[in-house]
Amino acid sequence: MGRHDRYDAIIAGAGHNGLTTACYLARAGLRVLVVEKNDWIGGAAVSRSLHEGWTYSNCSYVCSLLRREIIRDLELPRFGLQVIPYEGGATFTRDGDYFAYYSDHDALRREMARHSAADVDAYARFSQAVMRQCRFIRPFLLRNAPDPTSLAPRDLGEMLFLVKRAHGLGRRELGETLRFWTMSIGDFLDEHFESDLIKAHLAGSGIIGTGLGVYSPGTAYVLLHHYMGDVDGTIGAWGFARGGMGAVSNALGASFEAAGGTIVTGSGVERFVVQGGRVTGVVLENGDSYDAPVVGSNMDVKRTFLKHTDRAALPDDFVRAVERFKIRGSSGKLNIALDALPEIPAAPKGAPFLRGDLHCSTSLAELERAYDDWKEGRWSADPYFDMLIPSQIDPTMAPPGRHMMTVFVQYAPYDLDADGVRSGENWTDAARQAFADCVFDKIEQAMPDIRRHVLHAEIRTPRDIEREVGLTEGNIFQGELTFDQLLFNRPVPGYAKYATPIRGLYLTGSTTHPGGGVMAAPGANAAREILRGLGKANRMPDHAA
Amino acid sequence: MAATVPLGLVPTPLYSRLDALSRAKAWTGWAGYISPVVLDTAEFEYFAIRNQATLFDVSPMHKYRITGPDAEAVVNRLVTRDVRRIGDGRVGYAMWCDEAGMLIDDGTIFRFSAQDFRLCCQEPMSGWLRDACWGFDVALEDESDTTAGIALQGPTSFSLLAEAGLGAAAMLKPFDMAVIEPGLLISRTGFTGDLGYELWCDRDRVAALWDRLWAAGAQWGVRAVGAEALNLCRIEAGFIAAGVDFQPVHGALRLHRGRSPLELGFGKLVHFDKGHFNGRRALLRQHETGCAHHLRRIDIAGFKPAQGALIYHRKKKEVGHVTSGVWSPTTKRNIALAEFRAPFGKDITDDLWVEIYVSQEGQWDRRIVPLAIVDAPFFRHARARATPPGPF
Repeated sequence: MGRHDRYDAIIAGAGHNGLTTACYLARAGLRVLVVEKNDWIGGAAVSRSLHEGWTYSNCSYVCSLLRREIIRDLELPRFGLQVIPYEGGATFTRDGDYFAYYSDHDALRREMARHSAADVDAYARFSQAVMRQCRFIRPFLLRNAPDPTSLAPRDLGEMLFLVKRAHGLGRRELGETLRFWTMSIGDFLDEHFESDLIKAHLAGSGIIGTGLGVYSPGTAYVLLHHYMGDVDGTIGAWGFARGGMGAVSNALGASFEAAGGTIVTGSGVERFVVQGGRVTGVVLENGDSYDAPVVGSNMDVKRTFLKHTDRAALPDDFVRAVERFKIRGSSGKLNIALDALPEIPAAPKGAPFLRGDLHCSTSLAELERAYDDWKEGRWSADPYFDMLIPSQIDPTMAPPGRHMMTVFVQYAPYDLDADGVRSGENWTDAARQAFADCVFDKIEQAMPDIRRHVLHAEIRTPRDIEREVGLTEGNIFQGELTFDQLLFNRPVPGYAKYATPIRGLYLTGSTTHPGGGVMAAPGANAAREILRGLGKANRMPDHAA
Repeated sequence: MAATVPLGLVPTPLYSRLDALSRAKAWTGWAGYISPVVLDTAEFEYFAIRNQATLFDVSPMHKYRITGPDAEAVVNRLVTRDVRRIGDGRVGYAMWCDEAGMLIDDGTIFRFSAQDFRLCCQEPMSGWLRDACWGFDVALEDESDTTAGIALQGPTSFSLLAEAGLGAAAMLKPFDMAVIEPGLLISRTGFTGDLGYELWCDRDRVAALWDRLWAAGAQWGVRAVGAEALNLCRIEAGFIAAGVDFQPVHGALRLHRGRSPLELGFGKLVHFDKGHFNGRRALLRQHETGCAHHLRRIDIAGFKPAQGALIYHRKKKEVGHVTSGVWSPTTKRNIALAEFRAPFGKDITDDLWVEIYVSQEGQWDRRIVPLAIVDAPFFRHARARATPPGPF
């Protein structure tokens, strides 16, 4: 028999959402325990030092969606969180040119005109369309998803809110909204722009983290998902967390502990204990057990119910819906320690856009081919990547004059094909190295001497992400962000309100509405539902407009 | 023909450096000198102050040197705090008042010794100081045009100094100053609430100093900043600005526009026990009978900056207004300095509301949001106080 204790609530998994739920519950006066399988907290929002003197944002690497209401409620800046925006970005071509994205509108206009005069005006219309959708969607992030299938008064209230907001869009724009939620980013960009390079630069946000190609329906929404955040009210802006993304989790952890919460690391949940349809606690892998009438699982819906819950305690159709839930790994990552800033011959030295997100994919066709490889169980021979050097801005990430580079790579399958057999087991060390080589080959398009500067590289495949973080198949969003599993269908129909078929057991992670991206909104929404279930809804802070 | 004075703004010795860096071409006048509002974008300049290292030209500051056997007595009679308690080699924030106890200006006092002080402030103060010195054995020198300054602020500012060969500044505690090299005075002071230094030297040497800091800053993210970014930081740090959060009484035309140090929340800088100083009697009276106003730091609900907003009690009675209001990007709070009519803001602090007008593409929306009074500065960071300072 290991340790045993009793709490008011237990959260399984110290990812940022689980910690967010835990913070709100602790601040509401509950005695809360967070259990975490790793020796560190943070899930996929971590900063780890794997090479002396360097800090990596090992998984998630930029910050925008994290709701400012939550940052403020939980006083995260007081506990060390500092978000710093970055400016611009660029896509480099094979022939030594580039398209630069500037946060300065006049510079952006001039740069677009350099590639296509028509696209200057197109961009204004594109931006307006995207921003209108963002304005429409942002108020829904910290609310339950409106559910047209329910007649409960609260759901009707949420529906009414939706109808009002939708009415505010106007008829034409509402039609556009439905198109936006279902169409592909490729089609949407083709409607607006003529320059392949500009289209490719903008398309990235539509596929990041998702097992879809640029011409797959639903990818326009994924772009929106990446645009609806903000840094200090600048919608669509992205930033770094000073000290890496672990700063988000560490601030949440400190805020939680300051509110009286307890975190136990080093052993994960072996199973959720269910008695008579109610959860009564958790048993950990090391034999420790903790009781609580409320348990939040910050694991994705598949892992929660297929790996750690007694199937007999669940309705069959629910289990089948969970099994159907799409959560495919599609991305890998390189975290690289550099001995100096690599040469980028195409760009002027010190150009501001080099401090932003850098890419080398130059057309939608190229991106679609990258997706084709993934469908066949191969990593993309000509991959898309989202590459940043945060140490240019954040002095804490690498020693002076040296740099840290993060390269998010799309696509990489979870179940790699080897001789016609698809399996995660095929991610051998040799395969992992070959995958990294393929990415370095393409980085050379922008930085010919990149390999010379590498001191250390952490290579992460979907398989590694699953093994370390616990995300099923290494899917960064805890489930695809497609319309069939968004809003009132996230994670599965009938269970969009964070509660599950087991009383007292809640889902708190991005497997729930409104999804992933280090938003902390699922965690906050789950806390609200838990407190409501306990009759303590008034202990959840509300927010002024 | 008689000599004529220059019309309009004149360049500081750093203008050529600033002009070369200016993309925004946004300048303002500061004491007759050309000073940048924004050089690139206020947003990124602001984040450089809070994350990296920044240079700001403080040459236009008015600087007065008071030397002689009676220097300590003169300064002590001038300002409300007891400058005998400021050690040699230390800098102190101070306020000075007219006989009615109303603030003329605020600034910093550099105490080299009991016989040697420098006063740094925003407003020209020559005449007032000459009056204050009358009858004392002191010499007054206006160093405004001969001494130039650079504010180096931000978490990597010490690393930058060390890189520039000025690592001897490591031993400076907050508000310490020392001559680190012949002709170069460094004080650990600033207007941002973050780690930072101010470097002072002769006017004709400051451009070379700028170049030296700039070169050393390449690896520490150095950026030049303008007044707009700095203003955000000073509000976060809870510092007040002349002409904004209070009206310097020598410049006010209307009755009752002056405010006392007590009303501005600086009671701890008024030392009644030190003997006579300008405004003492009036301040003592106010100390006993109570202030007419209270300037307070407030935290406002929502995200819309409240600059200029009116404040109501129970959403009905107007009891004050916001003097400086911004969304704070570092603390993620909607912060402001606000002036309340007593007893509001001190004895009555609940049920207070801010009325904010928000322009929404041609339509105005009115929001009434609650406020909370805050005692501590909004931005406080351990890195600003550590000695020796950390690398970032």
